[in-house]
Amino acid sequence: MSVARKDLLDIESLSREDIDSILEQASPFKELFTRSVKKVPALKGKSVLMLFYEPSTRTLSSFEVAAKRLSADVTNFDVPHSSVVKGESIQDTIATLQAMRTDYIVVRHQMPGLPAMLSRMTQASVINAGDGAHAHPTQALLDAFTLKEVFPDQVNKRVLIVGDVLHSRVARSTSTLFKKLGVEVAFLGPGSLVPEYCAPEIPRFTSYEDAMKWKPDVVYLLRVQMERQKAQFFPSLREYHQLFGITSERLKQLSDAGVYIMHPGPVNRGVELCHEVMEYERSLINQQVENGIAARMAALYYLKPQTGTLT
Amino acid sequence: MMGPDELYQGVQTLASLIRENLSDAPVAIVGIRSRGDEVAERLCHELASEEDREVDFGVLDISLYRDDYGHLTSNPKLEGSDLSFDVEGAHIILVDDVLFTGRTIRAALDALADYGRPGKVELAVLIDRGHRELPIQPDYVGIKLETERKDHVLVKLENTDGEDSVEIVKAS
Repeated sequence: MSVARKDLLDIESLSREDIDSILEQASPFKELFTRSVKKVPALKGKSVLMLFYEPSTRTLSSFEVAAKRLSADVTNFDVPHSSVVKGESIQDTIATLQAMRTDYIVVRHQMPGLPAMLSRMTQASVINAGDGAHAHPTQALLDAFTLKEVFPDQVNKRVLIVGDVLHSRVARSTSTLFKKLGVEVAFLGPGSLVPEYCAPEIPRFTSYEDAMKWKPDVVYLLRVQMERQKAQFFPSLREYHQLFGITSERLKQLSDAGVYIMHPGPVNRGVELCHEVMEYERSLINQQVENGIAARMAALYYLKPQTGTLT
Repeated sequence: MMGPDELYQGVQTLASLIRENLSDAPVAIVGIRSRGDEVAERLCHELASEEDREVDFGVLDISLYRDDYGHLTSNPKLEGSDLSFDVEGAHIILVDDVLFTGRTIRAALDALADYGRPGKVELAVLIDRGHRELPIQPDYVGIKLETERKDHVLVKLENTDGEDSVEIVKAS
């Protein structure tokens, strides 16, 4: 039996055994959702602290539902109203959290590496829910779980990741995990957002038509981060949609070719994809949301905090 | 040390004890992972073969209901439950390979309750080795084993472990 893992910080640090265990156990957790009682007592008496320094609705509530379905107590450390605003340093905040004796800390912060730093300062299990452009490991796990549901043997399947690869922690974590699982990955986007130095070993396309000749099984659309538009990485949203978005016309082609569509959400309709995609029979977007809860339950269940164990 | 013959006999004993007690009402045999499911399968086979009895079958994974979660260095591997019949009002016979402290059965009862409210739950165990830590007693016992509290009872079953055997490892 391997040594229990305390933290989930990025995909790179996970062993194949860690990955397989979490992905395999996500299925039995998902089966619980069909019961009338969706809760299990596995983490009864444990506490989970949500420490979100960046706005998030989806990831935050997904973690919250996951923790509650495991019977853990969930506390939201409300950053905008907390003493962080009053100038408390992150170290002092962590000392405070330590005194609260929480068992799991789910953290999102704009600074890459902050969750790793936090994990060295606490006995609690730290789960990275996104740190800058670095990593978002639970997103990658839910994506891999979703892909496995569609393709039980995912080896050599092709996933085309479209959009802002440069700034995307989702692109980084998900492509890393997919490659570890034997999935072929390629990037598509404007040259400014898919620079060569990002991941030289991954094929990159700058034209949609060229990318389609690569024959992907899944097109994974990244969210266009509106908040980064000030920097002008591409001329306009309309042009982005025309060049890289899933238009009605392209949706028909994807449908004919049997290609699946994924998106981490939230979707910018009319930018990454047109309205019709939401009803597309091979859209996995809603499945990703449901699987997010199952994958996060599996991750919480898999990690072992070093807090208050008697034996 | 026991082999396939003793284990076969144990399942036969269980089956005949249950048969004596059964009315014509439908019954569901639910095995507790791991190995309880394999005993339950054999039992199901015995009960369904002799009469034209419809026997429902289910498997329960109690990993998420254990009371020692925080004390384990690594978590039990989760395989999931499979109860395809309606638990509400059902007559259920819970099946496990070895009954020891009774804690697994406590967890199984909690797990069952989250699927519905059974009409009646009974307990059948292939081996009762004693040393209960909770007020839980079996309704049907295949084999009774005298053991010390610290002994290990190692059960191996064909489909799970490749052979049928029981070994008592004395605490050193």
